[in-house]
Amino acid sequence: MESILTINNLTKKFGNLTAVNNLSFTIKKGNVYGILGPNGSGKSTTLGIVLNVVNKTSGDFNWFNGSTSTHDALKKVGAIIERPNFYPYMTAEQNLKLVCKIKGVNESKIEEKLDIVGLLERKNSKFKTYSLGMKQRLAIASALLNDPEILILDEPTNGLDPQGIHQIREIIKQIAAQGTTILLASHLLDEVEKVCSHVVVLRKGVKLYSGRVDEMISSHGFFELKCNNQELLITTLKNSDLFTSIKTNDDLVTAFLKAPMPSDAFNKFLFDKGIILTHLVQRKESLEEQFLQLTDNTKN
Amino acid sequence: MLRLLNLELQKLLLNRTSKILIFVSFILPFFVILLSSLKINVFGFFTLELGELGVFNFPIIWHLTTFFSSQFKFFFAIVVVSMIGNEYSNKTLKQNLIDGLSKKEFILSKFYTIVFFSLVSTVLIALISLCIGLYYSSYNEFSIIIQQTNFLLAYFIKLVGFFSLCLFFGMLVKRSAFALAFLFILYILEWIIFGLITWQSDHQFAEKIQNFFPLKAMYKLIDQPFQRIAMSKFPEKTELVYDYAVHWHEMLIVLGWTGLFVFLSYRLLKLRDL
Repeated sequence: MESILTINNLTKKFGNLTAVNNLSFTIKKGNVYGILGPNGSGKSTTLGIVLNVVNKTSGDFNWFNGSTSTHDALKKVGAIIERPNFYPYMTAEQNLKLVCKIKGVNESKIEEKLDIVGLLERKNSKFKTYSLGMKQRLAIASALLNDPEILILDEPTNGLDPQGIHQIREIIKQIAAQGTTILLASHLLDEVEKVCSHVVVLRKGVKLYSGRVDEMISSHGFFELKCNNQELLITTLKNSDLFTSIKTNDDLVTAFLKAPMPSDAFNKFLFDKGIILTHLVQRKESLEEQFLQLTDNTKN
Repeated sequence: MLRLLNLELQKLLLNRTSKILIFVSFILPFFVILLSSLKINVFGFFTLELGELGVFNFPIIWHLTTFFSSQFKFFFAIVVVSMIGNEYSNKTLKQNLIDGLSKKEFILSKFYTIVFFSLVSTVLIALISLCIGLYYSSYNEFSIIIQQTNFLLAYFIKLVGFFSLCLFFGMLVKRSAFALAFLFILYILEWIIFGLITWQSDHQFAEKIQNFFPLKAMYKLIDQPFQRIAMSKFPEKTELVYDYAVHWHEMLIVLGWTGLFVFLSYRLLKLRDL
């Protein structure tokens, strides 16, 4: 698959602080990537470096296999960083015209993109009169002007109300459905889980994981069980050698599988031992649980 | 190049404050010169007509108008520092770079704008001087008219140099008000150093050194014309004689500073994390 962005051993130091430490990953065409990490983990710094606004300390990166210079490559990229930045005294349309001039694209796209984000009616209002949600939507329209090969979004729903968050997510999903590569940085896990196929997990500038979301940790899932005879259940589970660990929380027993096992086989196994369940759920860890597990495991 | 100029002009001309300031700095001197060339009747007591003093004669008019209108450059200096300050405070500088403008292009778009407005201003002054001159001047021979038109070149270089200095201060401190304060500090600093050198050696040597300082070098390009007017009125007074001509080495010093300021602005932006 065609690679869009390659990062090799990228490091950024702010004085004593190492914001990004020896980071390497590749963005392939057509996937939706998430960069996950707590606040201050180096997400924005990494994006800042590849977007030409932060200087790297060492390492390198290249766009589109190094075929163009960074600022020319950025004309094929759409990016929104943290907050929408526009000229407050210009109208939405004037602001977008300016972006067209910078990117060297035709101004005929402006109406179409304003329509996508639902701002066509307000195109002649000054930017300073917009609400935060509208500003963010204008930023998305601006990033889409050149029909980018990759859309980079850094915390796109930060500070928005639930309605605004929903609108932005719908727009992102639409864009992803059209096959545009997306790179989404966020600390909101459900956001990443809902839209991303691949994920890069960062903590304190170090890469903890990169790959598919569903392969993030080598886990075979777990069962949540309830039963009238809890003691018997727990001893049976412990003796069965099927599980890595067993946790009890009030009357809910959680058992983590060592190897894949379908729920019907497990149910039959318990029934044969004389245990009748009142509650049986087979689940895989949510991204949040996986993420916390990953960042916890690598502490110290 | 046109693309970069076009870009910056859109940013400036859609902003009401900069529009007013651009008007004040370039159109106002135009009108003031025009008005001063008219016959003014002061409450019926006497008529004031500057034209009769001979100040609108070629070639002295080139000297007078360029000197006079360059005093209005401070208004456009505010525009220059605020066009940098606003890019920082609106964070649009960051957004411009993300959208695919290179740091070099960013500085160049500002510099082209400076050159553009300086050029417009020079052309305006040239036209108005020519018109008033043709109307009042006692000498209308072509060879006399084109004498000392190098004042126009000096005026142009002076404007470009001064605004490049503002551009550099704007990039350095990121805030318009502080940048203007820096200009003032530089002015004071030049005089303090001048004073120190005078104290340590002599006045003439200090003045020679001072002519290399940026603000003084720009001022020196077009010397004050009043003494020259007095000189032409009283040719017998030899103590009034001074060197008012535009010298190529003076232009070279200012061009040197201009190059340095633009280069330093670029280096600053290049090294900065936004």
